[in-house]
Amino acid sequence: MSMDMTQYLDVFLEESKEHLGNLNQQLLELEKNPGNLAALNEIFRAVHTLKGMSSTMGYEDLADLTHHMEDVLSELKEGLLQANSQVVDILFQCLDRAQLIIDQIESNGTADYNNQDLIRALSQIKEGRHINQAEGEEELLETAVEPALSGSFHFDFNDYDLTVLQEAVRKSYQVLSLRIAVDPASLMKSVRAFMVFKVLEEDCEVLKSIPAVPDLEDGKFDDNFDIVVITKQPAAVITDRLEHISEIRVERCEIINIGQLTVQHPVDTVSETMHEVEEHSDTKRTHKIKQTVRVDIDRLDSLMNLVGELVMHKGRLEQIGTSRKIVELNETIEQIDRISTDLQSVVMKVRMVPVEQVFNRFPRMVRDLAKELDKEIEFLVEGKETELDRTVIDEIGDPLVHLLRNAIDHGIELPAVRIQQGKPRMGTIILRARHEGNNVLIEVEDNGAGINIERVKQKAVEKGLVSSKEAGEMTTEQALDLLFSPGFSTAENVTDISGRGVGLDVVKSKIEAINGEIQVETKMGQGTKFKIKLPLTLAIIQALMVSVRDEIYAIPLSSVDETTMLSRDDIKLIQGQEVIVLRGNVLPLYRLDNLLEVPGESQSDDLYVVVVCKGDKQVGLVVDGLIGQQEIVIKSLGKFLAGIPGIAGAIVAGDGNVRLILDIATLF
Amino acid sequence: MQDVRNLPVEDAHHEDQEMQVVAFRLGNEEYAVDILFVQEIIRLLNITRVPRSGQHVEGVINLRGNIIPIVNLHSKFNLQAAEDQEDKRIIVFKWDEVQVGIIVDEVSEVIRIQGQDIEPATKVYGALEADHIKGIAKIDNRLLILLDLVKIFESGW
Repeated sequence: MSMDMTQYLDVFLEESKEHLGNLNQQLLELEKNPGNLAALNEIFRAVHTLKGMSSTMGYEDLADLTHHMEDVLSELKEGLLQANSQVVDILFQCLDRAQLIIDQIESNGTADYNNQDLIRALSQIKEGRHINQAEGEEELLETAVEPALSGSFHFDFNDYDLTVLQEAVRKSYQVLSLRIAVDPASLMKSVRAFMVFKVLEEDCEVLKSIPAVPDLEDGKFDDNFDIVVITKQPAAVITDRLEHISEIRVERCEIINIGQLTVQHPVDTVSETMHEVEEHSDTKRTHKIKQTVRVDIDRLDSLMNLVGELVMHKGRLEQIGTSRKIVELNETIEQIDRISTDLQSVVMKVRMVPVEQVFNRFPRMVRDLAKELDKEIEFLVEGKETELDRTVIDEIGDPLVHLLRNAIDHGIELPAVRIQQGKPRMGTIILRARHEGNNVLIEVEDNGAGINIERVKQKAVEKGLVSSKEAGEMTTEQALDLLFSPGFSTAENVTDISGRGVGLDVVKSKIEAINGEIQVETKMGQGTKFKIKLPLTLAIIQALMVSVRDEIYAIPLSSVDETTMLSRDDIKLIQGQEVIVLRGNVLPLYRLDNLLEVPGESQSDDLYVVVVCKGDKQVGLVVDGLIGQQEIVIKSLGKFLAGIPGIAGAIVAGDGNVRLILDIATLF
Repeated sequence: MQDVRNLPVEDAHHEDQEMQVVAFRLGNEEYAVDILFVQEIIRLLNITRVPRSGQHVEGVINLRGNIIPIVNLHSKFNLQAAEDQEDKRIIVFKWDEVQVGIIVDEVSEVIRIQGQDIEPATKVYGALEADHIKGIAKIDNRLLILLDLVKIFESGW
């Protein structure tokens, strides 16, 4: 095999995952409403595409599996089978297997799964219907189709084809009939066929092929196939170009005189014609979807970098403009200013993706878990079009899985219990996303049992997290905060689903790692709501720029409570620790020059203090000067300097110099 | 900025086991590194000090929007830096996603070195540990110390 497919691997993986996600969703839809033809069609289309892709890429296991799925699906479509829970379950299992195969391909480059079990299950479903049909009959059917494959040149054109042909001839295109032969020794007939179509795409339109395109893609043809194309190129050029594909030979190339053609209406081709039309609408559909371009996130980052550079040099131009006082220059600079600001916001927008990407995998998860636990749950998703930065999206998946598992396992009660309590039998879990100012709010809400505050306190005392006296004095909010303490789990019995001790503390630290906040509200017997507040993006934040001697640092505005100016006399000492009293509160004071070992001595008698919050504690940071608030683009210091306590990253300032961003949580 | 490819190439004999190195000066000594690790050679830029980093870390620079850490081999190897600022350059290395720059007193040239001209380093030379050196290359009357960058950067700062 001479053709290298590895370059398509990424696209293959990405698209397969997308199709699988879509399939899971549509299959859920079909399970809810077995008569939903739109969902069924969508499933069929996705499975078909998956099959074509995997066989082109040479992953025969996957191709085979999807092929058998397609068989069952087409019977569903024709109404010969019912989408009952047994069928849907098997199809779900197939999707899981396909996911496994794709994961393996991603990690190893190849996949080696034995899918016979599922294929047998699929065939059994089919045979369940065929039970009365003799096997011989099917074989007969197959041989009846044969002549069309190997028979001599003969195309059946329908009305539609004929109209297209006449139109083509009127516009002085010519119609060619080609017979393409593939070397019988070829290992990848389907790929060769695919390449033939690829070559023809350039300046021809393939009107018809025998066998049909899907069959060609699957390699379901003997050593040759017939196609009809319309083109303006001379026949010799086409032939020549095709013969350049290895293992491909053009056996015959004729110009068709359409005057001789008549419309054929044989009964047995009707179904095939319908199939053709369907295929046609299929390709049109995909064309509509393919309005997007996949871009590597690294490329976006470097685009972002370049925009940053542009903004920086614009700053320099502005300086020149002000010092030279040239009116025309200043006007131009203003234009550049506007454009670069727009450019920056466009680039930022490009990085935004809808939360849908994460949310889409949850309905399936909720369904499976609910089934496993014998609970009845209605899962609602709201606001899935809300957009977040790609970097944030990648991080919120796991915490949300955790919260949903909690809601299903601990939140929603068993149907019997619910009825006993006068609640509807079916529990509801709502996953909601929405914008709120510069943040995105994600909520996981259930109408289940709620959290027993007393039980939480009791547990915390048992685990030695607080004393029983402390627990007694706690407010509800403080008690709920205990849920996020490391090593806390209220589950009465440790199940497979949640309550393995790695609990909400992990969720909290993950959310906080991306500058988010998490809160919980609960009402006994009525339900629980987890609220996650996330920044729109991790790449750009508001920061306060401060100076210490010759150095300038950025403090994220999210950690700054206020700024104030003091004289030296305002500083008091408590056991050697400098403190100030601010509106009745005693704040410990830290000097940034000491913390960061900044060379030089402070001259001024006035002190600027930035009051920052570390958790719920307030601390004063002494700096030499306040420069102002700025929107900054965070950059990583890279692997080599990773993990320096107190330093969160770097920015490139307007003058081209690097400034460091302080990490208040680890600074002192 | 100076492109590596524009540096004079001194052509030695063509034999197998040949390698191309970028030769540079630290104080009065000549060092060399495999050209495959060198991303680019630039003039000195403003370096921002990074507090709480290692003692041999000079700081970070902005290289076309990328933040590159700069380390000080003079201090690591206990060498005196040259007074003259004019010829100083930053050599930016890149391997496995890690980018690091070093300040050198002068970049001399790109040289082809034959395998047989390299004497393996077994002894310890001053502050240099033996496994930081790939060998000593003898070219005419010059001695070039071939550095094993990956080992050096992994050794801590």
